[in-house]
Amino acid sequence: MDTMISPDAPVADPIAGLPEPEGSETEERIAVATQWQLMSMRFRKHRLAMASLIIVILFYLIAIFANFLAYADPFKTEAYRSLMPPQKVILWDDDGFNPHVLAVEGARDPVSFKRIYKTDPDHKIPLRLFAHGYEYKFLGLFRTDRHLIGVADDAGVTAEESIFLMGTDLLGRDLFSRLMRATRISLSVGLVGVALSMFLGVLLGGISGLYGGVIDITIQRLIEITRSIPTIPLWMGLAAAMPRDWSVVKIYFAITLIISLIGWTDLARVVRGRFLSLRNEDFVLAAELAGAGQLRIIFRHMVPSFLSHIIAAMTLALPAMIISETALSFLGLGLRPPAISWGVLLQDAQNIQTMANTPWLLLVAVPVIIVILAFNFLGDGLRDAADPYG
Amino acid sequence: MLSFIARRIMLGALTTWVISIIAFLVILLPPGDFVDAYIAQLSGLGQYVSLETAANLREQYGTDQPFHVQYIKWIRRVAHGDFGQSLEFGVPVADVIGDRLWLTMVVSLGAIALTWGLALPIGIYSAVHQYSFGDYFFTFIGFIGLAIPNFLLALILMYIGFKYFDASIGGLFSPEYQLEPWTWEKIWDLIKHLPMPVIILGMAGTAQLIRIMRANLLDELRKPYVVTARAKGLTETRVILKYPVRAALNPFASTIGYLLPFVVSGSIIISVVMSLPTVGPILLRALVAQDVYLAGTIILMLGTLTVIGTIISDLLLMWIDPRIRLEQR
Repeated sequence: MDTMISPDAPVADPIAGLPEPEGSETEERIAVATQWQLMSMRFRKHRLAMASLIIVILFYLIAIFANFLAYADPFKTEAYRSLMPPQKVILWDDDGFNPHVLAVEGARDPVSFKRIYKTDPDHKIPLRLFAHGYEYKFLGLFRTDRHLIGVADDAGVTAEESIFLMGTDLLGRDLFSRLMRATRISLSVGLVGVALSMFLGVLLGGISGLYGGVIDITIQRLIEITRSIPTIPLWMGLAAAMPRDWSVVKIYFAITLIISLIGWTDLARVVRGRFLSLRNEDFVLAAELAGAGQLRIIFRHMVPSFLSHIIAAMTLALPAMIISETALSFLGLGLRPPAISWGVLLQDAQNIQTMANTPWLLLVAVPVIIVILAFNFLGDGLRDAADPYG
Repeated sequence: MLSFIARRIMLGALTTWVISIIAFLVILLPPGDFVDAYIAQLSGLGQYVSLETAANLREQYGTDQPFHVQYIKWIRRVAHGDFGQSLEFGVPVADVIGDRLWLTMVVSLGAIALTWGLALPIGIYSAVHQYSFGDYFFTFIGFIGLAIPNFLLALILMYIGFKYFDASIGGLFSPEYQLEPWTWEKIWDLIKHLPMPVIILGMAGTAQLIRIMRANLLDELRKPYVVTARAKGLTETRVILKYPVRAALNPFASTIGYLLPFVVSGSIIISVVMSLPTVGPILLRALVAQDVYLAGTIILMLGTLTVIGTIISDLLLMWIDPRIRLEQR
């Protein structure tokens, strides 16, 4: 069944093609460029992929500086601030530039018993950059309490009590700050998961393509079997089997392991295909005749020529991992509170009542969609650039 | 030909076997055994279980034996159609699943039908009118479809439906038909409720297939035989539909094997969000409550149905494409 094409087989898209060489100068530049230079030239032609690369980098910066960007302690609960709607930041007032928010007062509606919130237009709370807030460890290096934004020191209130850029959840925790922390966990789950499936994929795909014969057939069948199992029920089963008393860290690694159980098949296919096509190349034969050892041939001659393909395949595998974690946590089978991930946050927006009353809880979906789109475009661009001679 | 079918069925049987082991692992992995859970549940209801009964139950289920012995016992019972008791509902597993299994299949097959029905014409259109407004439009929609996980799509559509159309999207039946026996009215009611979950479920697959179809057809359209056909004065429709589309269909058809597990997986999760009466919500509940026999049975059944579906699609593919028939001879 080697005529099978996996659903994400390379899709040729000539938009990203190299420019027609205009003058002899460009031609010469292309002629002497190394493979990686050619790739980066081609990649930079792909506008959407470039934009996506920037977005992805920004998101990983958010993940790294999550605590600095958050302004309120993401774990601090307060019943009096339950389900507050997002708040407006007012940048200008009568005196010119003076960013501030208005103080919010909560009360219980005597009829519906819902908490309702009113802003007090006379009580302005000024905002400051690099203000003091809750204490955390900056990049795990030193303790600090500086945050990108916060309230001025002389305001007499804390950030937790006054700033609600995206509203609060049922327990009165600030959604924006929680989202920053969730970004860190959700994005890193993807990375760890890809690293694991990359290891499995390259190992098994490499063995399969290199040795062929019975080993190849066995591994191919293994891949086919893995792919014909409906993944979500399987993940759900494995995830539900995790003991309830496991620590957050243990669950985190178990979840990444579970989602990479499926992810490796795609990478294994790519690697195997590359090995098979390269095995008969002249330069491999030349290296063999020159007396190079097998390991040297693989790592010095073969791997560099398909490394770019692996990078592209990994980029395309990342969003799938992120979706998987989000979906599992959303169902309550993945990461569990107190861990904060996108799926955990979305769990609060699971039914129609919450959505009707507190639509801002659904805002968490926005970064999920943006990141996944960006990774898809980036992966597409990389895949097109991966083969600069094509 | 026959050897190919035999091989496919062998592989299918192998897959089913692997799935049954995984399903059984799911049953065994949670700490404690089935009898512990059962006793805990009964004593929660104020009933007393004597040590003797517990020992009898352990004997019956063989929970104190090593893994492979337990597995063989379990699979033997399954082969006789005895899937065990659901802990949570206190009735046989088969009764709990009931209609839900085939409703799951209806939704999944509906999604696949939609995927094919949309992806084929749109893919052809996009390839023939490359870089036109329509092409960009469908590419854009396709990317959105690929990028938004379907449970998020369900959430967002439910929110839009609620907010702007004042309609609650969810379920497969109107409240008045929920508990009714099957009648034509109920089936009609089901048909009216199907489009939303089917569209949500089919979106990602459709997007993927459009891209594959477009790319394949673009490759074909550049080949010399298309130029020849045009030079001979064939009408444009015929030039495109007669050969290039047929050639481009092959990889398109081969993806159906992967489409089915993908769609079944998706149906589980959107069923939970949209509260569809399929096996999805029951599976989730069973897993959370560690209702192990129910969960294991559902995983086994879904896996088996998927394997059967994959075999059927492979046979269909062979019937469509003579090249594959020849290769396998």
